[in-house]
Amino acid sequence: METLWFILVAFMLVAYAALDGFDLGVGIVHHFVARGEDERRLTLRAIGPVWDGNEVWLIAAAGALFFAFPKLYASSFSGFYLPLMIVLWLLMLRGMGVELRGHVDDPLWRSFFDFIFSAASLLLAVFYGAAVGNVVRGVPLNAEGYFFEALWTDFRVGPAPGILDWYTSLVGLLAFATLTVHGANWLLLKTEGELQERARRVAQKCWWALVSMTASSLAATVYVRPQVLDNFGRHAWGWVIPLAVAASLIFMRYAHARRRDAAAFFSSVVYIAGMLGGAAFAMHPHLLPATTDPSYGLTIYNSRTGAYSLSVGLVWWLLGVALAIGYFTFLYRSFRGKVRPEEGGGGYEAHAGD
Amino acid sequence: MDDALTIHRLHFAFTITYHYLFPQLTMGLAPLVVVFKSLALWKGDERYNRAARFWAKIFAVNFLFGVVTGIPMEFQFGTNWARFSQFSGGVIATALAMEGVFAFFLESSFLGLFLFGEKRFGQRVHWLAAFMVFAGSWLSGYFIIVTDAWMQRPVGFELAADGTAHLVSFWALLFNEWAFWQYVHNMGGALVTGSFVMAAVGAFYLLSRRQEEYGRLFLKVGVTAAVAASCFQLFPSGDRHGKLIAEHQPATLAAMECLFRTQPGAPLVLVGQPNVAEQKLDNPIHVPKALSFLTYQHWEAEVKGLDAFPRDRWPDNIPLLYYSYHIMVGLGSIFIAVTSVAAFLLWRQRLYGARWMLWILMLSFPFPYIANTAGWMTAELGRQPWLAYGLMRTSEGFSPTVSSGNGLFTLIGFMGMYFVMGVLFLFLMWREVGHGPGFLDGHESKTPPSARILPEGAGA
Repeated sequence: METLWFILVAFMLVAYAALDGFDLGVGIVHHFVARGEDERRLTLRAIGPVWDGNEVWLIAAAGALFFAFPKLYASSFSGFYLPLMIVLWLLMLRGMGVELRGHVDDPLWRSFFDFIFSAASLLLAVFYGAAVGNVVRGVPLNAEGYFFEALWTDFRVGPAPGILDWYTSLVGLLAFATLTVHGANWLLLKTEGELQERARRVAQKCWWALVSMTASSLAATVYVRPQVLDNFGRHAWGWVIPLAVAASLIFMRYAHARRRDAAAFFSSVVYIAGMLGGAAFAMHPHLLPATTDPSYGLTIYNSRTGAYSLSVGLVWWLLGVALAIGYFTFLYRSFRGKVRPEEGGGGYEAHAGD
Repeated sequence: MDDALTIHRLHFAFTITYHYLFPQLTMGLAPLVVVFKSLALWKGDERYNRAARFWAKIFAVNFLFGVVTGIPMEFQFGTNWARFSQFSGGVIATALAMEGVFAFFLESSFLGLFLFGEKRFGQRVHWLAAFMVFAGSWLSGYFIIVTDAWMQRPVGFELAADGTAHLVSFWALLFNEWAFWQYVHNMGGALVTGSFVMAAVGAFYLLSRRQEEYGRLFLKVGVTAAVAASCFQLFPSGDRHGKLIAEHQPATLAAMECLFRTQPGAPLVLVGQPNVAEQKLDNPIHVPKALSFLTYQHWEAEVKGLDAFPRDRWPDNIPLLYYSYHIMVGLGSIFIAVTSVAAFLLWRQRLYGARWMLWILMLSFPFPYIANTAGWMTAELGRQPWLAYGLMRTSEGFSPTVSSGNGLFTLIGFMGMYFVMGVLFLFLMWREVGHGPGFLDGHESKTPPSARILPEGAGA
């Protein structure tokens, strides 16, 4: 049951990364790819109806984590206090950047919010990556299972690391590269013409960065925490995951060259799912390893909630997520296809720029 | 200023109070927007759609601010109140996680459809989207109230060997009697805010002689909803909520009323100043025996005073609790009076010309915000000194590793951020209201007077 909930929470985090990941990616490339007011408006329309729903996966994942592993939630959220607060502020800025730019018809106003949107998206990508890096590397837990990390210490991966050390910074940059490519891939799907060509060039150029950083950060992970290979030794089928990651990268290259836009976006989804899924696979049953005494580490067994909650939770979780997937299918189907300048979305949106 | 407990309390109190300024309006407006969409479908009059679109814009900005200020709430249980999360996560996280999967997905998905999809999918789908946003936002309110209700009156749990609370009955948690009455009282409060804001915008349009056909429409819908919601807040919702407090938190009731001594035929305090040092109420004006009657339907019933409880079980800030409660009740009574007169004028078809009443309605919209805030302060200050009533003290719940300096740093950070956001919010609201529904497609409404929704002077 604990393992099942581990998988469910991991699933929600993957869903968040894959869905809100492309919103953040669009935010990152927004400034380089979209030129002029018309194109900027198009890129925003490409995520406008969906970004808020995508962000809900983060809230829902945090809720599910709190629900299934309250001890982990208490320990990690208080220990990662400073970076989480920064993430919260960035999420606020990102939301306002997307939504408020259209409210006043003034170039300066719009440029300001475009900048807020891009900068917040970029920093969020880096912080999310660093967060994953911290969880994989481990934190200085005390005997009671709590810790507090400074934003940085000496940038070394030691017993008293900071949020940012050389390893987590590397993972942060990897996340930045990943979401840049992912966001550009989403724009390939949603736009056409010159805008699409520029997005394609960004995706193709960043592909090289993505491949090299994937390789170097995986190597660094094995160096920083050799235990990540244990589960691959025990369950040989786990090697399917890194193979899928490699295949998705190669396939993405092919898809870009052949202008198979849906395939390109699909491959970056598989890439994200593979990287995060692989991390989860390698961590199991650990949730938050300790850099101090390994026995202080939080696992799914010492952090989980009562058995009754977990069983009942399965019922409402499946029902709720099935409904959510239903809404998302409906929403994405409703807004499928390219965004075009001439078609106003009607109602609110058509007048948003007054 | 280096008391970590105080700073963590202020941190949560400040962020939740600021956050709740936005959801109370969105939850209050959502059903009214559904009313406009329904009228548009039923009567086939495009102007109801314009009204819906106008309020959708107000709704959208409020919703955005509600979302971005709401995300920190889901995180702050863990960041600032880690020990409490560890203790109670086995119970309350069920409600919080359910809010995520059942309510947030619903409202956020359909909000996208509601704001972006009117032209594309037609009026029926748009009505459905409006309804789903309403359902999602009200469902969300229920789950969060379930969480608070468990802290006020813990049910459906047992204490495990490690001292943490584990859920033993899902339905007991979800259908906590406290949650039901707190919910209806809270949603009534949200409706008071939504309807007062609508009436205020309507009054503003009539007084400034623009968008007058919409001004009349907003007044009619706003005043009707406001009088119903205001009365509902007194009875049955407020009355029943108060009886639950008397039953489960008698010390809280005594502190709210500043009743230091247990007595039969206890008076109801109208005004007066709590004097905790001397344990009395200075300069009181009260209605004899009314508290006994309201609580137990018996003029001579004994009401427990604070002297019936050990000092360490008294709420820790009795004056603030007392004033919050009395401000809420006082404002609630004024709302009933004002909206009753306005509704009478509306019925007699004299409201649109009664400038004095329009002025009152236009200027009164901030007060429901104050009443809602004071109500929540009553609930949460009244819960003290407990985090989970009778189970865990507030002083035991905050994060052990987050220093007061870090807490203060992020508190100041939130204050700065929220100040800037507040300025932006007011600026945007002012613009939207200034544009009005008739301006939505760039020019003022040119509807000839005879074809207007509500002919001038018509009330009903």
